[in-house]
Amino acid sequence: MNLFDILGPVMVGPSSSHTAGAVRIGYIARKLLQETPVKVEILLHGSFATTGVGHGTDRALIAGLLGMKPDDIRIPHSFELAKESGLAFSFGTVNLRDAHPNTAVLKLVGESGKEMEVQGVSIGGGRVLIQKLNGMEVNFSGERNTLVIQNLDTPGSVAKVTSILFWKSVNIATMQLCRDKRGGYAMMVLETDEEIWESSVRELQNLDGVLQVIYLGIEKE
Amino acid sequence: MSYQSFEEIINVCTSENKEFWQVILEEDIAERNVTIEESMHQMQRTWEAMLNSAESYEGDLKSQSGLVGGDGQKMADYQANHGADSLCGSFVDECIAGALQMGESNACMKRIVAAPTAGACGVLPAVLVPYFKRRCPESDKMLKAMYVAAGIGQIIAHRSSISGAAGGCQAEIGSASSMAAGALVYLQGGDCKMIVNAAAMAMKNLLGLVCDPVAGLVEVPCVKRNVIGTVNAMSCADMTMAGIFSRIPPDQVIDAMKEVGDKMDSSLRETALGGLAQTPEGIRIAAQLL
Repeated sequence: MNLFDILGPVMVGPSSSHTAGAVRIGYIARKLLQETPVKVEILLHGSFATTGVGHGTDRALIAGLLGMKPDDIRIPHSFELAKESGLAFSFGTVNLRDAHPNTAVLKLVGESGKEMEVQGVSIGGGRVLIQKLNGMEVNFSGERNTLVIQNLDTPGSVAKVTSILFWKSVNIATMQLCRDKRGGYAMMVLETDEEIWESSVRELQNLDGVLQVIYLGIEKE
Repeated sequence: MSYQSFEEIINVCTSENKEFWQVILEEDIAERNVTIEESMHQMQRTWEAMLNSAESYEGDLKSQSGLVGGDGQKMADYQANHGADSLCGSFVDECIAGALQMGESNACMKRIVAAPTAGACGVLPAVLVPYFKRRCPESDKMLKAMYVAAGIGQIIAHRSSISGAAGGCQAEIGSASSMAAGALVYLQGGDCKMIVNAAAMAMKNLLGLVCDPVAGLVEVPCVKRNVIGTVNAMSCADMTMAGIFSRIPPDQVIDAMKEVGDKMDSSLRETALGGLAQTPEGIRIAAQLL
């Protein structure tokens, strides 16, 4: 653990896993949607479902969806702020198989009508992992520059993407691949050491067979 | 962090003639690939966040569950009005009030600095903020004390754990108390051996403390446990300054904390299935809240 994992994070209480982590899940989900969410249905699993209200997990998730970070003092008032800004929300509980006790499933609808389902887990100390995106298994923390590319499952897709990154001198730290079925839809998740410029994201977006490119850049303090 | 023991840090302090905080600072810039200025700047912001948190306590707030809130105000009023009668004395009373206030602020969803966790966030500011105000050292020295505290926490996290779910409350309040004791000894002029000695004594005194939160919330008994972490840190710092030493070497104390945590039944590690959480009143409160 680095020094500021011990003295920190600076966060709104009461719990790094149930509050700060929940804000992060909401925040990353909003960035993955790439537009302002207008409706969300949130399902809480395990300890999030049983002690979530007392820990403000529900308010924290909504705060993140509104674009707040874990140290934002408006977090306790997120329900009221959501109503003011036109984000409709509802909560339920779910019993997921083999899931970490601090898991939330967010079913989002954006202002353009775009839909997305994000499953996130809070692993402690305010750190999180996104484990499912639109039903596909992924595994990333949002702590590194992250590219999520949805494409048709055709030969050469990975080579095309990685060669663009190579030409831009972007080093890939981790890479995951998954697909729903052979020749169906596929997803690539790449974590990179360097930042990826908007022009490169557009270039990736224009590749044959690429359906969507989502880029989460790490934010400087 | 490349150091795995207090002994290694003390060896570097001795052989290179460096202070404890300096070794931790240098380790941070190497580990995170930042400059000294960047590291110090971030520590400055962390310290300011702690001060702001202490300032922004609201005595009339209650937590969402209604279980905690207002006790920090009562203690501050007692300190102000009955300071002469109090057993602990005015300075310690102020620290007790600070610990309660920060724990309550955390439970009431206010902004705090996890140190090392949110549940134990009251201990370090409870000793550092009154020290800063009353004894008024330069704020530069407070930052160095924060590096001392963080370094102690890093060694504990590495050799054992700072999570209640893994090691019980000894890993949270115990760790916070160790960090605070070391920081206080540094502020009082103790050397690196005295710093880790105070940290070790503070941990020894809280060994075995279980994590048994009522209804699973960071409220009962967490808020008041911040007080024992605080007072324990002060007494261990004073014992160290008096020349009293721990018979068990500091690294072995931390290893013992891990062993005790591993042997602790899971019902006593943040699951709310044992201890105070399972008293008749604890069960009644939980049933009412769900």
